[in-house]
Amino acid sequence: MELQRLRNVFRAALELPDDVEVDNLEYRGIEKWDSLAHMSLVASIEDEFGVMLDTDEVIDLSSFDRARQILEKHGVVLSD
Amino acid sequence: MLTDVFTLAQAEKEERLRGELIGLMAHHRRNCPPYDRILAALGAETEPATLADLPWLPVRLFKTRKLASVPDDEVIRVLTSSGTTGQVSRIHLDREAAATQSRMLARTLGAVLGPRRLPMIVVDRSGVVGDRRSYSARGAGALGMVNFGRDHLWLLDADDRPDVAALKDFLARHGDAPFLIFGFTFMVWRYLYEVARDHGLDLSQGILVHSGGWKKLADQAVDNAEFRRRFAADSGLTRIHNFYGMVEQIGTVFLEGPEGGALYCPDFADVIIRDPETWREAPVGTPGLVEVLSTLPTSYPGNVLLTEDVGVVHGVDDGHWPGKRFSVVGRLPRAEARGCSDTYAGGRS
Repeated sequence: MELQRLRNVFRAALELPDDVEVDNLEYRGIEKWDSLAHMSLVASIEDEFGVMLDTDEVIDLSSFDRARQILEKHGVVLSD
Repeated sequence: MLTDVFTLAQAEKEERLRGELIGLMAHHRRNCPPYDRILAALGAETEPATLADLPWLPVRLFKTRKLASVPDDEVIRVLTSSGTTGQVSRIHLDREAAATQSRMLARTLGAVLGPRRLPMIVVDRSGVVGDRRSYSARGAGALGMVNFGRDHLWLLDADDRPDVAALKDFLARHGDAPFLIFGFTFMVWRYLYEVARDHGLDLSQGILVHSGGWKKLADQAVDNAEFRRRFAADSGLTRIHNFYGMVEQIGTVFLEGPEGGALYCPDFADVIIRDPETWREAPVGTPGLVEVLSTLPTSYPGNVLLTEDVGVVHGVDDGHWPGKRFSVVGRLPRAEARGCSDTYAGGRS
């Protein structure tokens, strides 16, 4: 599956412009990724990839990279 | 997988916590000069023999002083809570402390919620977390909890009226399997209990987690036992967990056990009830001031705090979970609270 899909989910959920770089994003690293946006991000990831994240995964999802790893645990392998 | 945090018998807990808290005291003395000066002025020992001998700070000190053990450029969040005096506690978290507090809160509540995120009713209005720059204490509390749920229903509309149709719709979709309810105690009573009773709603699959104290319900003669009894009788809701915690020890909550009626301390925390006259530890069954101890604060010296709440230990190692069972029964009257602050007896009894 394409990593681009995860990038698009991040941009849409965090209300970022289409061309902004998200691969290095960290939770609370930008103003828009706050705890409220985090919930819509989690819901968007679940919808897009058809997964259900547990509480500890929601808390652990602290960067774009972690999101990719967590999805891998759920069998969703994303590549460029 | 979440690891259980209600495992340690009191003796083992005290031995572990003593070592960790002594280490944290040294860490904060090295990194927070005002804290070091306070402890020096108290003549605090570096290796107290028991938990009760550890020096405490009055919780209100965080309202009047900046106490942080990390440089400003490592602080990623400053939590505030308004107090009755209008003064505000300011709690400084670095990245590690912020991550640890949400992880440990999750592990604590995981003991009664399990690892899965459940469909969730928040007994509040979504606007309470709407303004991202100025969360109220109420908003921050709700926001800290939404991670535990999914498909959130915010029960109240913009005018704080319960949306009964939305609640019925939620119960039609989710009501036949476990779901989570969170809210402040008086709001849960006013907006959920009464609605459920009047509309004959079935909340028997719900797990209610609530906090905030009983003061606002005292005029209706509703205490913890009555709250539980009437929810069970009128809505079928029996899985009810009150919790006690404060922003000055963010991430640490003392949680009511499944049998109801008493709060338990997670493995990384403890309480000591102190006689407000002598500052000695009060015996089991005797009310006194609640001191809270937790290993979570690493970015500010909040490990050992004397609150202005009155509590009582009901028993030790004799309940559903090991360790102390206790209740918070009220607050110290304000005049006494001021006196207590002025006296500022510090850590030695």
